[in-house]
Amino acid sequence: MDTSQGNPMMDDSITPQPTKDGGPRIDCRNIKVFYGQAEAIHDVSMSFPDRAVTALIGPSGCGKSTFLRCLNRMNDTIENCRVEGKILMDGEDINDADVDPVLLRSRVGMVFQKPNPFPKSIYDNIAYGPRIHGLANGREDLDAIVEKSLRRAGLWEEVKDRLSAPGTGLSGGQQQRLCIARAIAVQPEVILMDEPCSALDPIATARIEELIDELRNRYCIVIVTHSMQQAARVSQRTAFFHLGNLVEMGDTGQIFTNPREKRTEDYITGRFG
Amino acid sequence: MSDHIVSAYSEELERLSADLLKMGGIVETMITGACRALVSNDLDLAKEVVLRDPLVDTIEADAERQIVSLIARRQPMGHDLRMILSAMKISSELERIGDLSKNIAKRAQRLDENVNVEMRNAITRMAQPVSRQLKDVLNAYATGSADKAKAVWSADDDIDLHYNAVFREMLTHLVEDPRRITAGAHMLFMAKNLERIGDHCTNIAEFVYYQAVGDYLSELERPKQNQF
Repeated sequence: MDTSQGNPMMDDSITPQPTKDGGPRIDCRNIKVFYGQAEAIHDVSMSFPDRAVTALIGPSGCGKSTFLRCLNRMNDTIENCRVEGKILMDGEDINDADVDPVLLRSRVGMVFQKPNPFPKSIYDNIAYGPRIHGLANGREDLDAIVEKSLRRAGLWEEVKDRLSAPGTGLSGGQQQRLCIARAIAVQPEVILMDEPCSALDPIATARIEELIDELRNRYCIVIVTHSMQQAARVSQRTAFFHLGNLVEMGDTGQIFTNPREKRTEDYITGRFG
Repeated sequence: MSDHIVSAYSEELERLSADLLKMGGIVETMITGACRALVSNDLDLAKEVVLRDPLVDTIEADAERQIVSLIARRQPMGHDLRMILSAMKISSELERIGDLSKNIAKRAQRLDENVNVEMRNAITRMAQPVSRQLKDVLNAYATGSADKAKAVWSADDDIDLHYNAVFREMLTHLVEDPRRITAGAHMLFMAKNLERIGDHCTNIAEFVYYQAVGDYLSELERPKQNQF
């Protein structure tokens, strides 16, 4: 899959700097989320290490997606939704008034459940972000970013001869990798994935999982998944949410072989909670 | 522990652990049978013990098939995963105990008239704590008790002491009358088999403990008295 090895095109110019002193990329403190009066997330504190995959698992409605959306202020776009607490990214509170949410979302990219390429060419899907953020100096530079991003997303070989074809014409798995390439193109530090494989077949899923494994050498990745096997396969840390609470967080191996909390045990083994 | 949402999964796990307990029960009767056959020189009983062994092997093979199927179809996690892995190990430990018991029963049929009652009693004396260890560890398994498992695990040095005593006693009998050497050699193997059964019981105790707690009993803490 990895076509980047030893490839001069894959210099690290679009790789984020590691965090200072190797600390967490994102540090969340006492996060509460309200929809109107209803509190959906109850005082959750957790941090996300750099260059590692953290999986958020839990039953539907447990708040894991709501929590994920806090990390790039996607909840701002939902009326009635209010977030309390501090989310520090490289020491800076992302909810500060002077933080531009658009800029933040380029640093914290997101991939959704259903692949959502723009109704544009494959090339323009990738080039759009770098253009509006002014990351490219001219066409040549832009071409290089498009190629690097597609290579890094493991899609280049499959699409290099039809870059002007519409992104929506690709298969589901290819579309999802296109969306990952699009997120990478704007030089994010963090990639959020909200059930990125639930609409894909097992082979396309395996490709995405392989890609996630490669990407974790460069990014802080947070993935929400309903598949515990997927969480077990791709992540190094796993957090279990239940009814808006963070029940338990730990090394993935420990969570799936020997969880400390009974609610985690009941959930991962498929028992009534 | 409450039931799985998929009830067939719970039933499969229950069946696996029931099969293991059944296997344990048969193996238990094999040890006691072999020792009873020895002390009363009951050759029919000894033969019968030998014939029970294939049943143990069959259950073990079937348990292994169940385990492979559970892993492939259910992708077990947490306690279920530990239970299944432990079952795999425990079934092969029980199978070994069955083999060793069978071997005692086989040797019991080969003893000649030179064996005296004291020699027979010495082996039986040692068999008692070994049987108790097996009974206790099966009980720990049935109840999923880490404490009971740990108690069995710590009690193995008692068997080692018994073994050392039997070994010395047997040598004394052999020195007294060299005609006893053939039978005595068989009986030394019997004692060694019992000592090995004790070790297998502690292995089972370790797996029961792992299943219950998710941690490993450290080999370092356990007292060892075995000199031979």
